[in-house]
Amino acid sequence: MSKDLNLTLHVWRQKNAKCDGKFVEYPAKNISPDMSFLEMLDIVNEDLIRKGEEPITFDHDCREGICGTCSMVINGRPHGPRERTTTCQLHMRSFKDGDSVTIEPWRAEAFPVIKDLMVDRGAFDRIIAAGGFISVPTGSPQDANALPIPKESADLSMDAAACIGCGACVAACPNASAMLFVSAKINHLGHLPQGQPERYLRVRDMIAQMDAEEFGTCTNHGECEAACPKGIKMENIARMNRDFIKASLTYRPATTGGGGAG
Amino acid sequence: MSVAEQSIAGAEARGHGFLASSVGRKVVMAATGVVLFGFVTVHMLGNLTSYMGAEAMNHYAEFLHTMVHGMGIWVFRAVLLTAAGLHIWAAVTLTLDNMAARPTGYRAQQNVASTWSSRTMRWSGFILAAFIVYHLLHLTTGTVHPNFNHANPYANFVNGFKVPAAAGFYIVAQLCLGLHMWHGVWSCTQSLGLAHPRYDSLRRTFATGLTVLVVGVNISYPIAVLTGFIH
Repeated sequence: MSKDLNLTLHVWRQKNAKCDGKFVEYPAKNISPDMSFLEMLDIVNEDLIRKGEEPITFDHDCREGICGTCSMVINGRPHGPRERTTTCQLHMRSFKDGDSVTIEPWRAEAFPVIKDLMVDRGAFDRIIAAGGFISVPTGSPQDANALPIPKESADLSMDAAACIGCGACVAACPNASAMLFVSAKINHLGHLPQGQPERYLRVRDMIAQMDAEEFGTCTNHGECEAACPKGIKMENIARMNRDFIKASLTYRPATTGGGGAG
Repeated sequence: MSVAEQSIAGAEARGHGFLASSVGRKVVMAATGVVLFGFVTVHMLGNLTSYMGAEAMNHYAEFLHTMVHGMGIWVFRAVLLTAAGLHIWAAVTLTLDNMAARPTGYRAQQNVASTWSSRTMRWSGFILAAFIVYHLLHLTTGTVHPNFNHANPYANFVNGFKVPAAAGFYIVAQLCLGLHMWHGVWSCTQSLGLAHPRYDSLRRTFATGLTVLVVGVNISYPIAVLTGFIH
């Protein structure tokens, strides 16, 4: 049985998007090393509530590493020090007794702070809405094997689809660029036959929306890939660039008339 | 907060053009980067004639000035000036966008994957731009050269590097070029979409090899003059 931990937290407190924020120090006492990082914050919050203070607001949902909701930069790294780990799956055994822990929100112009550690990631939703979908005629489902898909394409698509949209890539990027997220969403459709009809429209629409949201641009540092809890590869960004170049070189202005059956 | 944050830009924004888009400007940066590192490689190779003596180097310089009836050098100059201009334009606009994308920084951001080379691109690029201006005034126009002679490039080369401060600045600039190229050569393949797991390690090896070669040989020139090997 390992010993309980006593930590000092430096937490970003910000009332709302309009107010300035600041770091506030809180003690976290008698923390079991088996707790998750979020459970540790729950304990700190219970203590704050008992004392009549405002608890620390943070995003969380599934607490099993698949929803992408939990979002905080812990000691300068999104989701904390462990690779391929979301904050909810980060356990306090990753810290030592007496450690000082700085907790900050994702910081990006496109992710305005709602309160404390909670940011508005609606920009991601709007990027998806701009093109991260396929249009299919509805009706009864076709046989699963009607469309042959090479194993490699299915694997690459699934690797990209592992993206949970948490925003750690933006948080880790020195330029607050969203290109790892956008490229994952473009490629998980772009590798499959179902994604082909809108492939080149999609890449232009989603990049246009990404730019309109005022994310930064990729300078190929690789911090996103290192921070991604799902191991999304930078190769996706290169493939997105390739699709974008092709789309920009070959798109036709929308045609009118023509094409009718007469 | 921009208006776009509440709405889907959609079709109108799609039409905002290749050069206005983030990826489009990255492509410009990468493509002009290829021209520029291609140039420094050829420049390095051409100057190897200095090791072959005054006649070889002056002959090489004369060839550059007379090829394609004297038009060749102006075509090269126009291409290089355009490439450098576009490279700097892309760098400045993208950097401003990137700075605006994170108005509030972290208290203690930990860098995990980035390199010193990738993080200092702005500074190495800025020093290189200043160096290029100096280099042109020094060995092309001769404006800041102690005793410039248009008819004898080899003598200009040797006399220019005999001034230790000038040689020192050349060496510092070449080290900046190394930092800039090591990230840039790899990075441009990524921006142009040339990524494949089979060639990933090759991309790094190519960037390292080309950088060491260009910078190593370029630094050898002022050192060779200062040590009297070239005289």
